[in-house]
Amino acid sequence: MKEFSGKVLFLDRSDINTDEIIPARYLTEITKEALKPYLLEDLTLGGFSNEDIKDKAVILTRANFGCGSSREHAPWALEVNGINVVIAESYARIFRQNMYNCGMFAIELPTDKIQYLFENYAGKDTSITIDIDNNKIIVTSSDQSEEINFKVGEFDKTLVKEGGWVGYADKNY
Amino acid sequence: MGKTIAEKIFDAHRVNMPFPDTHVLKLDRVFCHEITTPIAITDLMARGMDRVFDPTKIKAVIDHVTPAKDSKTAEQGKILRDWAKRHGIKDFFDIGRNGVCHAIFPEKGFVRPGYTVIMGDSHTCTHGAFGAFAAGVGTTDLEVGILKGVCAFHFPKTIKFVLNGTLRPGVYAKDLILFIIKELTVNGATNMVIEFTGPVVDAMSMESRMTLCNMAIEAGGTCGICYPDMTTVEYLWEFIKDEFNTKEDALTEYSKWISDADASYEKVYEYDVTNLEPMVTFGYKPDQVKTVNDMSDTKIDQVYIGSCTNGRIEDLRIAASILKDKKISDEVRAIVSPATPDIYSMALKEGIIEIFQNAGFCVTNPTCGACLGMSNGVLANGEACASTTNRNFNGRMGKGGTVHLMSPATAAASALEGKITNSQLYKA
Repeated sequence: MKEFSGKVLFLDRSDINTDEIIPARYLTEITKEALKPYLLEDLTLGGFSNEDIKDKAVILTRANFGCGSSREHAPWALEVNGINVVIAESYARIFRQNMYNCGMFAIELPTDKIQYLFENYAGKDTSITIDIDNNKIIVTSSDQSEEINFKVGEFDKTLVKEGGWVGYADKNY
Repeated sequence: MGKTIAEKIFDAHRVNMPFPDTHVLKLDRVFCHEITTPIAITDLMARGMDRVFDPTKIKAVIDHVTPAKDSKTAEQGKILRDWAKRHGIKDFFDIGRNGVCHAIFPEKGFVRPGYTVIMGDSHTCTHGAFGAFAAGVGTTDLEVGILKGVCAFHFPKTIKFVLNGTLRPGVYAKDLILFIIKELTVNGATNMVIEFTGPVVDAMSMESRMTLCNMAIEAGGTCGICYPDMTTVEYLWEFIKDEFNTKEDALTEYSKWISDADASYEKVYEYDVTNLEPMVTFGYKPDQVKTVNDMSDTKIDQVYIGSCTNGRIEDLRIAASILKDKKISDEVRAIVSPATPDIYSMALKEGIIEIFQNAGFCVTNPTCGACLGMSNGVLANGEACASTTNRNFNGRMGKGGTVHLMSPATAAASALEGKITNSQLYKA
């Protein structure tokens, strides 16, 4: 199982697409590691700098994250940068499935919870740890800490625990 | 309670439900291209599982960057080519015989009503035009599809569009789907199947239905679906004539794959589209749509006609009818990419290629190329392209470039004027 804990990168925008997460010009790479320098290279978001990615392990964002292309290069580009968790209001279907297929977390929280997290934790040195067994997100900054429950389907949780869909499918089909 | 077409296909293909709302389906087709498949292949090799579930159900093509533009793309092609050979995948379309995946696979008769199809490409939803359940997936789903011939999906909640009336001259399937995406927004159909029905769809060719279904993903849809009918049978007839005595027999068989009248939908949208105008996108999301008239005079630098959305023969014929005996504006450059070698050949025989060339278009070989800014027409920073493709994301056709999505008719008229133009200007 992967690591699901660390500093949070706040991306305050909806509809961040997979072309922004990893542009098509890098799809000619045939190793995941080669994608590392290009994560979020084309992101359109005021105040965002690619330097912000450094040392982050969790992305917190708004609605419809990962829309567009089916490229699994998007989760891979996150993974090779040490980001195994995205928390958002909603996802595009293929991106969400790709995350779980890779044994990574794409957690959905209601709009008001996401808004609350942005209001209270963005701009601070915030960390998040996922408590898988209890379906809890533990959020911590210098001046506060709290737990937020999340819902995850049995299939998705199994994929996270088994490290992805290939191993599971090989055993069961 | 009746069932939707997607529910019927799920019922006919379900292997099991290992968890609640997790339907593992048997696959009829696994389509592959050279961008998303090589990593699946190398991963299977690394795991010591370099096998395929059924080489006759796997079809592969090199289409995104072809001919290879550099060592990296050459390597991607080589991995796919060697793999196809190693596993006896006979339907592998290499350079010279290759075309855009969602154009060449239907053209070869590989998709039939009632089929399940996956591919590591989001526009796989195109194949729903044949009454199939066809979904774009990532490389891991593709890898498991190749290895085991299965894929997992959630229950296919469905929204239905009933499209009444008649499209006016100069208004096409592309204008209709842009209008629908505007109505749905970019995530209005997420995790859902979109059924396109009604007299407008019944009157459409398979090519137009593919254009409609192709962009279901731009509203977040898992698959776009049209009901199979005699148009579907006619399109497939050369491939299925040994299976059926008559076309009517084929139609009777395929009519199994039509939603029941009492099927349950998440939502039903009904429109009379008789007054629909030509549509075009602005901004960087495919639901940012205005009428061409509202966007007319927007300056463009490049025109691109091609792709899995609008690179088929019908599209080239429409564009050529506007370009005939005319020259494109000195202010633009224009590119046309017939989507498959057969389309290219037809266009040559019909004199369409000559019309494009005389007008000042560059005619490229079949490839996805410029649509996603990988080759054959990448934009420079600050440039705008009038394009028949499917995505207007920021930088999609080249870093710093803007894409306006539109029909081939609008693209052709825009090429002549050097700015976004209603094709009716040329249909007096």
